[in-house]
Amino acid sequence: MSGRRTGWWRDPWRKPRILVAITVGYLLWSLLPVLVAVLFSFNDGKSRTVWQGFSMRWYWGDPYRSVWYDDSLHAALVQTLRLGIITTLITVPLGVALAIGLDRWHGRLPSGANAALLLSFVIPEILLAVALLFVVTNVALPIALGTSAQVVGLVTYQIAYPAVLVRARLATIGTQYEEAAMDLGASPMQAQRRVILPMLMPAIVASAVLVFADVIDDFVIVRYLSGDSSTEPTSVKIYNTARAAPTPALNALATLMLVTAMLAVVLGFAIYRWIGRRSGHDGGIGSFTGEA
Amino acid sequence: MSTEDRGNRFLGPVLALPGIVWLLVFFLAPLYVVLAVVFGGLDPIFRTAVPIWNPAYWDTTQMRYVLEHIVGPTGFFGPALLRTAVYVVTASLLCLVIAFPIAYYVARLAGRWRGLLLALLIAPFWISYMMRMLAWVNLLANDGLVNRILPGQVDWLSGRSEVVVLGLVYGYVPYMIIPLYAGLDRLPQSLVEAARDLGASRTSAFFRVTMPMCRPIVVASVLLTCLPMLGDYYTSDLLSGSPQTSMVGNLINETVLTPGQTGQAGAFVLLVLLVSLLPMIYYVRSVSRDEAGL
Repeated sequence: MSGRRTGWWRDPWRKPRILVAITVGYLLWSLLPVLVAVLFSFNDGKSRTVWQGFSMRWYWGDPYRSVWYDDSLHAALVQTLRLGIITTLITVPLGVALAIGLDRWHGRLPSGANAALLLSFVIPEILLAVALLFVVTNVALPIALGTSAQVVGLVTYQIAYPAVLVRARLATIGTQYEEAAMDLGASPMQAQRRVILPMLMPAIVASAVLVFADVIDDFVIVRYLSGDSSTEPTSVKIYNTARAAPTPALNALATLMLVTAMLAVVLGFAIYRWIGRRSGHDGGIGSFTGEA
Repeated sequence: MSTEDRGNRFLGPVLALPGIVWLLVFFLAPLYVVLAVVFGGLDPIFRTAVPIWNPAYWDTTQMRYVLEHIVGPTGFFGPALLRTAVYVVTASLLCLVIAFPIAYYVARLAGRWRGLLLALLIAPFWISYMMRMLAWVNLLANDGLVNRILPGQVDWLSGRSEVVVLGLVYGYVPYMIIPLYAGLDRLPQSLVEAARDLGASRTSAFFRVTMPMCRPIVVASVLLTCLPMLGDYYTSDLLSGSPQTSMVGNLINETVLTPGQTGQAGAFVLLVLLVSLLPMIYYVRSVSRDEAGL
């Protein structure tokens, strides 16, 4: 063990200092710019680059241009949250039912549906957005550009999350629990509802959080399928004004979205751990990455 | 399949049906609508697209127009397509170079720091892409921090390829780190230990055991990063805003809302779909194989 201090010079892989340096450097590079942007949302002046003192001016202090008083910023925030909630409420039940159904149904149709599901997960978003835009503008459907079209697009793009997460969980549960329930007299549907569904709860909560956080960050689909500026959510607002002399109110808007997403994740993770502990399935934060 | 013998046979179809219908109506059928628009006509007065639903009457004018203007003297679409390929390949390789060591470290070596590191690595997932680009717009502005720290006044945000590629790397690296991490985390450590027991050095165990096992994980992660990048137009718009850095996504974005050019947008959509079809099928097949192996 001689030369402990110089040992890593000769064998850099002995202790992964280089890997530590890369990881720490990456984290700084990845998070510091965002922290700077958050910091400048509290700037007292109009600049997003020169610090002029701390204030809440761009959140509610300024009577015209703060997030609270500027109607267009306010509307964007409300639209983002509305889309997040509606989409999550539709996507999660639809995706969970699809996952349970595909898990119990074997044949060409279900395996084709499974392939389509996975395709919807990896297709470049712009392709789906343009295709749905063509549908809404060329086919007589009871869906108009605006909230309804946006929700349809988002549900289509997000449905794979709950489906994939729940299928992965189903694979680890196996069939013995519902067989036991049915031996004890439950109907197939009762077995799903009273035995399988509770066991799936951690995966369902995780996918709900994933869908919500992903939807409030979505940009491509919601932009093409928004009717007019009244249904443009936060991300579109940022895109439209980022290069056109914005005030720190834009940073404040982005910061509010960030806080919302973080709150959703922390809350979801707490629920996830709580349910997981009760059902004896204690997953780490890794289950929250969407990688089943 | 004893479960299916007990009246469970209809449960699968009943539960799966709503989702399958949804995917049919809002995912597969729209792709056909794109075909009908691309091979459709134009309203002579309003310049709006007139889709032709019957393939027997399809009109190839719009598709030919796009294809004829890719190469040659009138090939004004060519440069953007080529640029897309160069940007996506460069950015993906840079992503891999950054992501692999980090994912490897966190998955195999980080020990008690793992939970915290993983949370920090996932954090960019919850920060909107637009916010992260906005952060760089602020930093790279003419009076921004970068220009004040570095010597010289550089106009970063007008048509610089390197800024757009770095923006892409910044934007998409998290999408590579997480699947890489998940894959590396699942690799059996015992094989590496066996190689070490049999006399391999750390380096040779890494290159001869770990690396070959990583190949499918690396391919899948690169695909997951490349595919969304192919449709990106906002990174170039925000970090450059110049046609000198436009990608195929920008071509789609500029034509789709222009009267008379929606068919062209559809044609670009078909081109991107064709290019991404093979990687997507590869991804679907590799995931399905994993599921079958569970």
